[in-house]
Amino acid sequence: MVVGYGGAAVIDGRFSIGELVAFNSYLLLILQPILLIGFAAPAIAQAAASAERVYEVVDAAIEIRDRPQAVPFQTCGGRITFENVSFRYPGSTIYALKDVSFETQPNELIAILGMTGSGKSTIMNLLPRFYDATQGAVRIDGRDVRDFTLASLRSRIGIVFQETTLFSGTLRENIAYAKPEASLDDVIDAAKAAQMHEFITALPNGYETLVGERGVGLSGGQKQRIAIARTLLTDYSILILDDSTSAVDAKTAAQIQDALDRLMHQKTCTSFVIAQRISTVQNADRIFLMDKGRLVAQGTHDELMRHSPLYGVILESQVKQKAPV
Amino acid sequence: MRSTGPVVASELKPHKQLSTLQRFLQYLRPYRKEVPVALSLITLGAATQAIGPFFIGWSIDHLIGQGNLRGLLLLLAMLALLYIVGVWAIRGQILRVGSIMQRILGQLRQDVFDKIQSLPVSFFDRSEAGDLMSRLINDVSTVNQAFGQTVAQMLGNLFSLVGIVIAMLCINLQLGLLSNLVVPLMIFTTGLFARWARARFRVTRETIGELSAKLEEDIGSVKEAQAFNRVQLNIDEFKALNAANRDANVQAVAITAAFLPSIDFLNTLATAGVLAYGGYLAVTGAATVGVVTAFLLYVQQFFRPIQILSQFYTQAQSALAGLDRIFLLLDEPAELKDAPDATTMPPMQGDVRFEAVEFGYTPSQLVLKQVNLHAQPGQMIALVGPTGAGKSTIINLILRFYDVSGGGVKIDGVDVRRVTQASLRRQIGIVLQDNLLFTGTVAENIAFGCPNATHAEIEAAAQLANVHEFVTSLPQGYATQLGERGAPLSQGQRQLVSIARAVLINPRILILDEATSSIDTRTEALVQAAIARLLKHRTSFVIAHRLSTVTQADQVLVIQQGQIAEQGTHAELVAKQGVYANLYALQLGADATPVAR
Repeated sequence: MVVGYGGAAVIDGRFSIGELVAFNSYLLLILQPILLIGFAAPAIAQAAASAERVYEVVDAAIEIRDRPQAVPFQTCGGRITFENVSFRYPGSTIYALKDVSFETQPNELIAILGMTGSGKSTIMNLLPRFYDATQGAVRIDGRDVRDFTLASLRSRIGIVFQETTLFSGTLRENIAYAKPEASLDDVIDAAKAAQMHEFITALPNGYETLVGERGVGLSGGQKQRIAIARTLLTDYSILILDDSTSAVDAKTAAQIQDALDRLMHQKTCTSFVIAQRISTVQNADRIFLMDKGRLVAQGTHDELMRHSPLYGVILESQVKQKAPV
Repeated sequence: MRSTGPVVASELKPHKQLSTLQRFLQYLRPYRKEVPVALSLITLGAATQAIGPFFIGWSIDHLIGQGNLRGLLLLLAMLALLYIVGVWAIRGQILRVGSIMQRILGQLRQDVFDKIQSLPVSFFDRSEAGDLMSRLINDVSTVNQAFGQTVAQMLGNLFSLVGIVIAMLCINLQLGLLSNLVVPLMIFTTGLFARWARARFRVTRETIGELSAKLEEDIGSVKEAQAFNRVQLNIDEFKALNAANRDANVQAVAITAAFLPSIDFLNTLATAGVLAYGGYLAVTGAATVGVVTAFLLYVQQFFRPIQILSQFYTQAQSALAGLDRIFLLLDEPAELKDAPDATTMPPMQGDVRFEAVEFGYTPSQLVLKQVNLHAQPGQMIALVGPTGAGKSTIINLILRFYDVSGGGVKIDGVDVRRVTQASLRRQIGIVLQDNLLFTGTVAENIAFGCPNATHAEIEAAAQLANVHEFVTSLPQGYATQLGERGAPLSQGQRQLVSIARAVLINPRILILDEATSSIDTRTEALVQAAIARLLKHRTSFVIAHRLSTVTQADQVLVIQQGQIAEQGTHAELVAKQGVYANLYALQLGADATPVAR
């Protein structure tokens, strides 16, 4: 085009050859940005779509937060009250907890027993406020948990989860997960109490051994003891224990039991155990029996054995699987 | 927490690059006929590009300069035609090269998948296997990017460059040589920038790797973070990693930012050179204005190919490193080979013998030492012992996932190494603790071991496995689609499905790893009844976790540190007051009361 029209113009004398050459060069300069814009358009559309998704997450409301006048949670008297608590998981239509009420005494050990889906784990989600009750109130020493600052509340509640997550890092870092500034001595003390010290010192790199995705693998029992050590290192005064052990041999089970006992007696004012072992259930001061979101019975092992048919069934289903080895 | 950086793709040594490239080129062999066509199209496309400026220059001298309007129009028509041919050729070559490359990559992916499926189980037990797998996925996509998408463009540019250089030298040797002086300068500059950029981009890749590892880990453990009040700390740690990645990217951008102006500078330098020397030649009459114009156009044109080629070089290097790892995998020895004279395992009776079996996953460390055992047809053998004692190894040897280092494993008196693996494994059923179900229907999942089973057979198996009732209660029955890992079935239901799987195979020998995790009472009873039915009249090896199992077993083998420490029935072993009795007592200690059924 340029050559054609320009060439004709030059022949007519309206245009010089120099101008034509300059024009030609401009043309090349113009074309490149146009091409680039053409390439960029789909990328911009993609970016817009991705940005929308990112903002969905960024804009998601944080439902559980400190109230304006939240106070720090300091000492625990050990009186934990559930007042007609009902709870529904967000998006669910059925209640996971229905009108649950109870009150604990200081220094009590409470075992919670129930089938899968009975609501026993849900109870324990409400205490550290992973969720807030839909109706009713959860109180510690008479004060609604929603009145405390989240950080202070959770720092006083020690939790041993059913599944232990190991983070990529050293064993020391894993034990000191909640307290990265803890001294090595403190970490060792916790590991000793959790019956892990011997195992750790036998490793070539001891406490600096890398675990997690790229590190050494630990067995289920070892992981659980790491979790116990982790919790021991915190300033918990209320303890929540999800005591579902995976396949471990008898020796390990005995060690875990020992570690758990220490955990329960060291600093607690009240312990809750989502129970799987007979020994735990028998040692409990009271057993809460959950069924379909309701607290259907409570009492000691002997009392429940006498009065609750469901208790025997559940106990058997949870414990009978444990053979000698 | 500390994150160790991802393994960054290393570059290969030049001679290694060459041999990897050669091996890749062998994949071209099936396309012997298509490659020349593609190459001619590339040449044609490049030639039309190279010849355009020459005509424009010529038209200035001979048509515009002479006032020949008709000639000019004629030339324009010719140019238009030339460009149409050129566009057609370029489209053709991109299509052809792209399609050849995609077929080669498809073949490569297929090869990798076939290989992975047939690799010995021992390969996946090696610690580095997982790492290799994840990198392989990356590698295939890197190779795809470099060879699948840009190779056509790259070849086109290479040929254009050659065409342009030839055209320049032909039109005017002196001017051509002068303009080409800038080429080595370009290559040098680009290479320099590429090296800087590579170093910088390596840092950005490392930091983004750390960042995503952190992201993945911390998103997976929000509950822990909240429970242990780590939220702020995790945010701070992420902030630091994020900042490191940002800084690395800014530095990389700084280098890229300096690159384009440098190239522009060289471009201007070359243009100025052409103008000065060309102008001088034109003034002295050694060249015409048209020639100089043509050269100016050429100089503009040949910078782009050089840029693209040097960028491709970097991409090609990481692609070659990826290819090398892919080939490394393809060269892994496949599954344990059947012996050349391997026969088909005759229908089994179920007599299993271990004769002085020794085995180690690594030659230096024996996991099993002098293991002797004999399971008679129909017997139930319970394997008991601490984690890592060798229970799973015994199972692995029966299935011949590994070969013994010493002694022999015999089924019905036949050494397992003398028969084909397919005929051996077809006759052994396995029910594991956590059974993998696959995306597909319930029926497909039950028929996993015999895809040819009829619907009636599948239903019969499901009935025996106590899962028929449940399946028919589903709205779509046997056609219900299961998601990944068997969702939405509960663990107990998944176990029932896997039992049905084993029933359908109707094996003489059965391997059972008892589940330890809790499932609800009703399902548990169904599982127990189904297992009891499954075990009946079959030789079974059970990694036992239940008291009921050990009490029923014909033989209990206590495995300790790779040896059979004790052997006998439950009652005999308890009476013996040895290791087993000890373990038994310990367990009772932990559980206070023995709860037997």
